[in-house]
Amino acid sequence: MQAAFPLVFAALLFCVGVFGVLSRRNAVLVLMSVELMLAAVTINLVTFGLLAADRGDVVLTGQIFALFVLAIGAAEVGVGLAIILLLYRNRATVNIDDADLMKY
Amino acid sequence: MTVIDVVMLAVAVLGGASAILVVVSRNVVHAALYLVVALISVAGTFLLLGAEFLAWTQVLVYVGAVIVLILFGLMLTRAPLGPMPQDNDHTRLAAALSVALFGFLAVLIMQAFGDTALPLSVTPTAAIGEILYVHWAFPFMVLGFFLTVALVGAIVLARREEGEGPEPLFDAEMDSERPTPAPTDVSTTPGVTSPSQEIRT
Repeated sequence: MQAAFPLVFAALLFCVGVFGVLSRRNAVLVLMSVELMLAAVTINLVTFGLLAADRGDVVLTGQIFALFVLAIGAAEVGVGLAIILLLYRNRATVNIDDADLMKY
Repeated sequence: MTVIDVVMLAVAVLGGASAILVVVSRNVVHAALYLVVALISVAGTFLLLGAEFLAWTQVLVYVGAVIVLILFGLMLTRAPLGPMPQDNDHTRLAAALSVALFGFLAVLIMQAFGDTALPLSVTPTAAIGEILYVHWAFPFMVLGFFLTVALVGAIVLARREEGEGPEPLFDAEMDSERPTPAPTDVSTTPGVTSPSQEIRT
């Protein structure tokens, strides 16, 4: 398999995530787009880990890093949803355009 | 084109299509369910790259736990379940920006890695465990501590404080029935003699 296949797939996922973060209004949907971007990062880590292991640089470091990104992403979803729940409880909306108290 | 190329192409098309549906779907629950397909295709990519432990971890953590958490978040924030306009007014700008970014990245990747073949090999789970618990033992423990901190932080953030938010029904009734703190709490602290202890002795 060519290295370009998973790399282009990861780039596609990342750009779709960027579009979601920039264009969505619901905060939970923004969080889901961030998850897509994290998934793209893990694919890149595994692919470049394979390439580096072929050269004998580092063994399995890409997969270990991807595992860490997975765990941190899960923690991020937990804390992020708690923040969104707090936002909903205080302002009765999850529209992130309304959370502009610190905008100016 | 070998078999693995064809499978990778199919996984990429499926994952890319469902990822695009995640960000353009007007129904938030449908978006969450498309996210399941996108994350499963990411796990399929891991399997094709030979990282089988990572693939099953992805299925367990993301498809299992994170999606359930996101669906609970949608339910608790009373998201509008019907088709609703979910986008703000920067949609065209965001689309142009992300398409331009994808084009730039794709050209860059094809120039740099267009003819690089990946050395595919199945990574045994035992090797991952050996490296994780020997070479990466300290970061792994820090990660465990970090997960604990994140769990406690999420609970503290999401807990309903006293007198915050809308009052639930029958709250005053439950408050009047709440028992007063037991006096045994005082007697357990050393150096303080409570009246109940004196009576007992």
